[in-house]
Order: sequence, then C-alpha cells, then structure tokens
Amino acid sequence: MNGVDEHDEARERIEIDLLLEAIQRRYGYDFRGYALASLRRRLWHRTYGEGLQTLSGLQERVLHDPACMDRLLRDLSINVTEMFRDPSFHRALRERVFPLLRTYPFVRVWNAGCSTGEEIYSLAIALREEGLLDRTRIYATDIDDGALERARSGSFPLDRMQRYTENYQRAGGSDAFSSYYTASGASARFDPALAAGMVFAQHNLVTDGSFNEFQLIVCRNVLIYFGPKLQEEVLGLFGQSMTRRGILALGRKESIRHSTHADEYEPLVESEKIFRRRS
Amino acid sequence: MSATGLVAIGASWGGLRALETVLGALPEDFAAPVVIAQHRQADATDGTLVRLLDARCALTVCEAEDKQELDPGLVLVAPPDYHLLVEPGAVALSVDPPLNYSRPAIDVLFGSVAHAYGERAVGVVLTGANADGALGLAQIAGRGGTAIVQDPETAERREMPEAALWATPEARVLELTQIAPALTGLAGTREESAR
Repeated sequence: MNGVDEHDEARERIEIDLLLEAIQRRYGYDFRGYALASLRRRLWHRTYGEGLQTLSGLQERVLHDPACMDRLLRDLSINVTEMFRDPSFHRALRERVFPLLRTYPFVRVWNAGCSTGEEIYSLAIALREEGLLDRTRIYATDIDDGALERARSGSFPLDRMQRYTENYQRAGGSDAFSSYYTASGASARFDPALAAGMVFAQHNLVTDGSFNEFQLIVCRNVLIYFGPKLQEEVLGLFGQSMTRRGILALGRKESIRHSTHADEYEPLVESEKIFRRRS
Repeated sequence: MSATGLVAIGASWGGLRALETVLGALPEDFAAPVVIAQHRQADATDGTLVRLLDARCALTVCEAEDKQELDPGLVLVAPPDYHLLVEPGAVALSVDPPLNYSRPAIDVLFGSVAHAYGERAVGVVLTGANADGALGLAQIAGRGGTAIVQDPETAERREMPEAALWATPEARVLELTQIAPALTGLAGTREESAR
C-alpha cells in the first residue's frame, strides 16, 4: 500500500471506461450503465484470473481474444442462485400470485436473467402443483449463452438437493421433492415434463427490446447490478412487456421506490417485492 | 462538513452484543452514515438483528435496500445472503459468491468503502472468529482512511481483531466502550457541523 494516490483512482476510472467502450464496440455488450462497485470487483477478479496486473491489460486481451471475452462475460453475468431461494417469496407467489394467473386461459411468464435455471425449475414445480403448468409458457432469458445452456439441461448439482428440499418445503411445497429428479452421477436431472412449456433465449436487458407481453415477470437480483439510469430503462422495458394489470416480482432487497415508474405499480406483497400494474 | 464521510463496521461471532455497545453509545445526531457487515445465517431473513439494534440505539437502524442513500446518522446493515457495497452517496447490493465463506463479507464492504470514500472512510473491525475484514481494513488504511480495531483482549472472539491488526499494524486499538466516543470524535455531530 502506497498511501493515498488520487491519480490511481482517476487512472482506474479511465481504464474502466476504455475497457467498457472496447467491449461495447467490439462485441456489442454494453456494461457502461452497470453499478460501479460490483462491476469493479468483477473486472479485477477477471484481471487477476487471467494473470494480468492492470485493467488496461485486460482490455488488450479482451480485444484480441474472444475466448477471454467469454470468460469475462461469464464473470459479469452469472448470478449465483438456488432453487426456491427465499422460500417466503415462493410461498407468496403460490398463495397470492398464482390465484391471479389462474384467471387467464393461457399464461406467459418471463424469467429475465434466468442464469443457470434454478428459478425457472422452481417456478415450474410450483405451477405444476397448482395445476397451472399445462397452460403456462415460461420464457427464460439471459445474456450469457453458457448459462442458458446449463439452464436448458435441467440438471443441477446433486449435493445441493438437501438444501433445495428444505427450501421447497418452507416455500409451501406439498409433494416429495425427490420425485421431481433422478440422480445421475453428481447431478440431479429434473423431470423433462417440467420443461415442456419452457422457452430459452438469449436476451440482453440493456440492448434488446420487448418481445412479448407477460402476466408475470420475475427478475430477481439482476437490477442490483445496474446503475440507477439503467434500472430505470429496464423497468420501462418491463412495463412495455406486461399485460394489463401484470405482475412484477423483484429480489427481496430491490426497490422501485426511486424510479419514475413507481407510480405505475401497487404493491401486491410488499415484503416480497411483488408489484402489480395499476392499469 | 465532517472530515469523516462514512463509518464501516465489520463483526462476526459475538457481533450483536458488540454492535449494541458501539451503536448504543452513538449520539442521535451522529454526523456520518454507518454501514455494517455482520456475519449471520443466510436464512436469517426475519430482521431480528436489525430490530434489536434499532430498539437499543438512538440512530435509525435498517436493513439496506439496493441503491438506498447514505444519510448522516442512518445505520444500514447488510441483508443476510447479500454483499453490501457502497458507491459515493449510496449503497449497492450483490449476490456474488461468498468471500471468506461469508455473504455478506466484510472485505467486500470495506474494499468498496476504501475506493468510494478514500481518506474520509473509517473502518472498524469488531469481534469474530475468522480473518474476514483484515484485507479490507488494510485497503481503507492504505487509501488514507482511519482504521480502528477492537482490542482483542476485550473481544468475545479475538481471531478477527488479531487478523486485522496483523494486516494493519498502525490501526487504533480500542476497548469496546471506547469505540463510540472515538467515532463521535472523528465524525462529530450534526449540531457541530451546522455551526
């Protein structure tokens, strides 16, 4: 540590800006509106992971080596999640949201930023138990193809199943959780029937537009990685992608309070950050 | 304006009692925002810790929400199973993988504090049975901020303060009851700042 060095700070900011611009121009991924504190950690994580010392060094490698960009993209996009994360949220979905979905002959759900798919399978299991799965299509999108590939496989680490079983039960699950998967080596392979109504697609919340209208949009712990301006844009995108009186479910500590879109919603389950459009 | 822009506190084993002592002795008009990373179970989502602390101190204590603003005298606690980070003027959350087996991790919080607040940051490491916070405290000190460590002799668990002192030997070592007066001396009160 060499004490305070304002120049270090200023130089790092320049390096981050240049790196993000390079990524945007070369690959089309736009991380410039991401929240700086997390972004900075993740960029340094990849820099050290590549055996490099500076963000400028990372910029050079990313520009010349698409495989390095793939690794960086993974670092910047994978959100660690689990099945039935926050059981009280999933209980609220089942008890308060599904009865509203039941009033539609055909239901469309968008899981935005689905990562490796733990959440869509949680949704599918609960929808099946409530008799809604057959008439529901779940659109699962993520920026990262690699994560989508894993989501599509419907396989999760077997050693996580004890934890997921507890979550499932606390979330109001009524069946034997183990009836939903078969063990195959170190993986738990989930019943393919759960995936019958799932559609997987690469979609970038930052640069891609609305592609359908949904009764329910689930986007948990994705907006926390975005800066305020980008959060605003994505909330706008969600608004355009919802049916009348559509429902938006965010992460437990995410908020729409500071957004200009806040007035468009009323809380449906306030403690779980489940909102419903007023019109 | 206070020279102290932000106070960041890290605590683990025995942290609730230590935090009660420190926060409970801060005046109602404490002039800096406070952020806290306290290790706890990922599913401790009923808000017990925050309710206890809020009931026992003059400042308002709440669980941080993403992008919540940092206000003088407001104490924001990292929610269970999230990392808490700060940017100038506001907090940000992340669900990046645990660090030091912890989420929230003190090192993640302190690293962001060092970066965003530089010499206007104060980092405090309290009781705990691991080494989380040591690296982050060194980053705060390295950028000219103030490093404070609970005296290991008076800590419920001494490992975490000792690790912090190993990484930042120049840190001020204080008994638990001396920490709040020291923080008030550094950050001042809003009445003083208004003068």
